[in-house]
Amino acid sequence: MNSLVVIEDNRGKVHRMSKEAIVGAQKLGGDVFALVIGKNASSLSSDLSSLQLAQILVVEDDLVSTYNADGYSEVVSQIVKLMNINIIIAGHTYQTRDYMPRVSAKLDIPFIPDIIGIDQDLYIKQVLNAKLNSSISCSTSSRILSFQSACFSEDDIITGTAEIKNIEVNLDSSLVRSTSEEPFQDSTSEVDLESSELIVSVGRGIEKEENIPIAFDLAKVLNAEVSASRPVVDAGWMPSSRQVGSSGSTVAPKLYFSLGVSGAIQHVVGMKGSKTILAINKDRDAPIFEIADYAVIGDVLEIIPKLTEVLSE
Amino acid sequence: MKIAVLVKQVIGSESALAISDNGNWVKEENASFVMNPPDNYAIEEALLIKEKIGEGEVVIISQGPARVQKVIREGLAKGADRGIHIEEQGQLETDPLSIANSLAAAIKDENFDLVLSGLQSDDTGMGQIGILVGELLKMSTATLAIETDIHSDKIRVKRELESGWFQWVSLNLPSSISIQSGINQPRYPSLKGIMGAKKKEVTVFQSQNMDKKQNVENVFVPKTSKETELIEADLNTTVDRIVEILKSEVKVF
Repeated sequence: MNSLVVIEDNRGKVHRMSKEAIVGAQKLGGDVFALVIGKNASSLSSDLSSLQLAQILVVEDDLVSTYNADGYSEVVSQIVKLMNINIIIAGHTYQTRDYMPRVSAKLDIPFIPDIIGIDQDLYIKQVLNAKLNSSISCSTSSRILSFQSACFSEDDIITGTAEIKNIEVNLDSSLVRSTSEEPFQDSTSEVDLESSELIVSVGRGIEKEENIPIAFDLAKVLNAEVSASRPVVDAGWMPSSRQVGSSGSTVAPKLYFSLGVSGAIQHVVGMKGSKTILAINKDRDAPIFEIADYAVIGDVLEIIPKLTEVLSE
Repeated sequence: MKIAVLVKQVIGSESALAISDNGNWVKEENASFVMNPPDNYAIEEALLIKEKIGEGEVVIISQGPARVQKVIREGLAKGADRGIHIEEQGQLETDPLSIANSLAAAIKDENFDLVLSGLQSDDTGMGQIGILVGELLKMSTATLAIETDIHSDKIRVKRELESGWFQWVSLNLPSSISIQSGINQPRYPSLKGIMGAKKKEVTVFQSQNMDKKQNVENVFVPKTSKETELIEADLNTTVDRIVEILKSEVKVF
């Protein structure tokens, strides 16, 4: 069996979820190929060269020097045919969601997305807003799988050596029907949540914008970064660069300390890989408590100022 | 400009969920059905685009059993011009490629300039139908549009990337685009709209029996494997316990 992990270029670095996808591919067995595409392909492939992979395939065509759905879906489809790939694997990122359905339609093979686990021949996926899980079977030997963040741990990656191989693809400029402008951030503040070891996260339980400093005061004492859930960002109390969840950053810190975060599924997918989750919420039925290591039932507006005071001493 | 909006009827988030006797979905008789919430934003965006251009047609398209005509009528009541219902018989279809092939076959002769869809459904959450249909009909595609800017032969969309990043992409028409929730303020149907919707045309096709390539075999309640320590005490005890956790268990200092 041959599997192909499509590597995502996260501004010059290998996306963390691509590494988790490699772990998934290694666990499934067979020959694991990695595909790197675009102008950063050489630095990405050197990041991967110490891993146990059959080959690192490099595509540097001008039409895919930066990401576009037309080009990426065509490149992946061509590589699959060229290398006799059975299983295409990726992290379930926004980019995967953008082009992978195109690959599915081009090759007429199923795309099973957002997988949280594998049970023999069945893929486990959350349904109905994560209130239930489903087991999905696949009747074709060729398939596309994308794994939810933290489905596999990067710590389990098998190291080794990997040969780098340049591949020529056959792309025509008429294929690309879109023009992409440079990505930009709406806020200028530089926040690097994804590499933070300690995160204090703010949810609706903070009640109003004037209470936001309570979280920053605690974060300062802990030397932590501050993140937020979507409602807090939508309310304009924090910039979108601090948002954790399916529409924000995916984080896996040593400690995720959530303050009044209810734990909607869209938030949980972005942080459930955290080593330890300490959650405070007034509502004992808050879904965040189901994944928390420590569930504190109480009012963040009382607890946090007092905690910050004690820790400062 | 001809605009299609792909919508789905899903089980409302307030519904009690009881697993069906054959174990592969939930009991429909216990459920209330609603428009898939993200699809409301796609309908609104289609109506706004038509209003901005000042001409055109918005067509609401849905696949599912007879009950899904309710959400098609809801779209018509908000101002869409007509509907297409691809009727399923028997087992609810969950294979995205089957659904997309069926939708593409039903609408290919319509030659839509634009196909809009919500970012994903609240029930199966496969998040790919709009893009599959786009590829099958040889359209350009984009996902998670948080702003749109329509021109005669192009559409410019602001795509939401991860970690607070965005990107503007210009796409040649025809194009299939999924809409991020929150892009606009979906309108409510007016009384006049509701009355008018009854007279609007809804064409019904029978869904084709496609080869199923993936299938939901069963659903089950997730097991929580985590052991959670519950802390519920007076303020001082709570704070002392958190300090102890931070210092000696998580060792952040």
